[in-house]
Amino acid sequence: MIAIVDYGAGNLTSVKRALDYLEIESFITADPGELLSAERIIFPGVGHAASAMRILNQRGLHTALKEAFNSGIPIMGICLGTQIILSHSDEGGTGCVGLIEGNCPKFCLKDKRLKIPHMGWDSIKVVKEHPVLKSVKPEDEFYFVHSYYPQPSDRESVLAECEYETVFPAVIGRSSLVATQFHPEKSGPAGLRILEAFSTWDGLDGLTC
Amino acid sequence: MLSKRLISCLDVRNGNLAKSVKFVETRDIGDPVTTAQRYYEEGIDELVFYDITASSDNRNIIIDVVSEVASKIFIPFSVGGGLRTVEDCTRVRLAGAEKVNLNTAAVACPDLINQASAALGAQAVVLSMDVLSVPASAQIPSGYEIVTHGGRNRTGIDAIRWALEGQERGAGELVVNSIDADGTKQGYEIKLTRKIADSVSIPVIASGGGGKPEHLYDALTEGHADAVLIASMLHFGEYTVKQIKEYLRSRGIKVRIS
Repeated sequence: MIAIVDYGAGNLTSVKRALDYLEIESFITADPGELLSAERIIFPGVGHAASAMRILNQRGLHTALKEAFNSGIPIMGICLGTQIILSHSDEGGTGCVGLIEGNCPKFCLKDKRLKIPHMGWDSIKVVKEHPVLKSVKPEDEFYFVHSYYPQPSDRESVLAECEYETVFPAVIGRSSLVATQFHPEKSGPAGLRILEAFSTWDGLDGLTC
Repeated sequence: MLSKRLISCLDVRNGNLAKSVKFVETRDIGDPVTTAQRYYEEGIDELVFYDITASSDNRNIIIDVVSEVASKIFIPFSVGGGLRTVEDCTRVRLAGAEKVNLNTAAVACPDLINQASAALGAQAVVLSMDVLSVPASAQIPSGYEIVTHGGRNRTGIDAIRWALEGQERGAGELVVNSIDADGTKQGYEIKLTRKIADSVSIPVIASGGGGKPEHLYDALTEGHADAVLIASMLHFGEYTVKQIKEYLRSRGIKVRIS
């Protein structure tokens, strides 16, 4: 069973619907205990980093995520979930969960014709092979909606990149954690293949710490 | 770099897929979910479901359509028509729509844009504007006026001013629908699309008049649009999503082909 973390931030049901379609069992929970006993965890989210962190802390989910990560439960972050898995976000200037050391800066683009948020379909380039990304083909595109992007301190944690004037990390990961800036649940068949790969990933043959 | 988006608009009346020509004649042409699923499989980037159900008694049917779409189709889609309050917007969002499409209700009550944006986030609010070409005047300096009810009601609001106001109030995207071009299949209103795209910093979706892939190319290049809305080109089987995208790619436009 995959536990989908409920912290009042957006697209929980979209993720649930995609997993239902793939016939992958999942449930939505805000209970720290249920997270720790889950086989896998998806940490989704749309919204504002600082307010999301407040709710996570109130519900004791911040600590539960850390414990789950330390015990090796495979975790997948999506969008805001990916951003606040880092140690800090510039959105609201907040400390975050900190499973990966790093920050979330806002896009600062020279070309004024480029719009923020970076919204729509874009290609990614896998820079480090990973079991969850094994289905990604060079022509695949994924659906992004974001104004901030994840920037791990250690380049080793970058699994795939995207380019929007500047090259930024589109997928990051470390040990049993993998996290996408785009929305696999809204990225058509290419996105569903990523969710499917996560549902069978043991979290072990990923990257070591 | 982002791909240009191809968005299909499906008018839904009492749960059926309908097609209107210049908002006047309307006929039922099939089932919206089956049609949407076919476009999804062919590689459409996004969908818009526009509820044109006349009777408010039948409004809940659209919610059933939205739920069904959301459980089968995994790309962003928006819902418009009949959304008058934030509660209406929240309801379609919970049913699985990524975005809401505001049109007449936003003209009647512009604060609805602010409220929807605060509740759902700017990325979830699409302001759809119906625009009529008129002689330029002191009130309508751009020569483009916002109209409602398919062009029957003039509002006296300048389209450029409304686009900027919509952005200011928290809309995340604009649909620019030319009433003059709608249903003609003679091409998008390029001048209008470009004027608005150059005035705002949010994505602009060209709408009304698309009949051939060349028209889409023109809107995306000369018209400075980020996306194009198409309806009858697909609904009547004249083109497939794949054909259109391959054409655009052959002319150097970045589009998603999977």
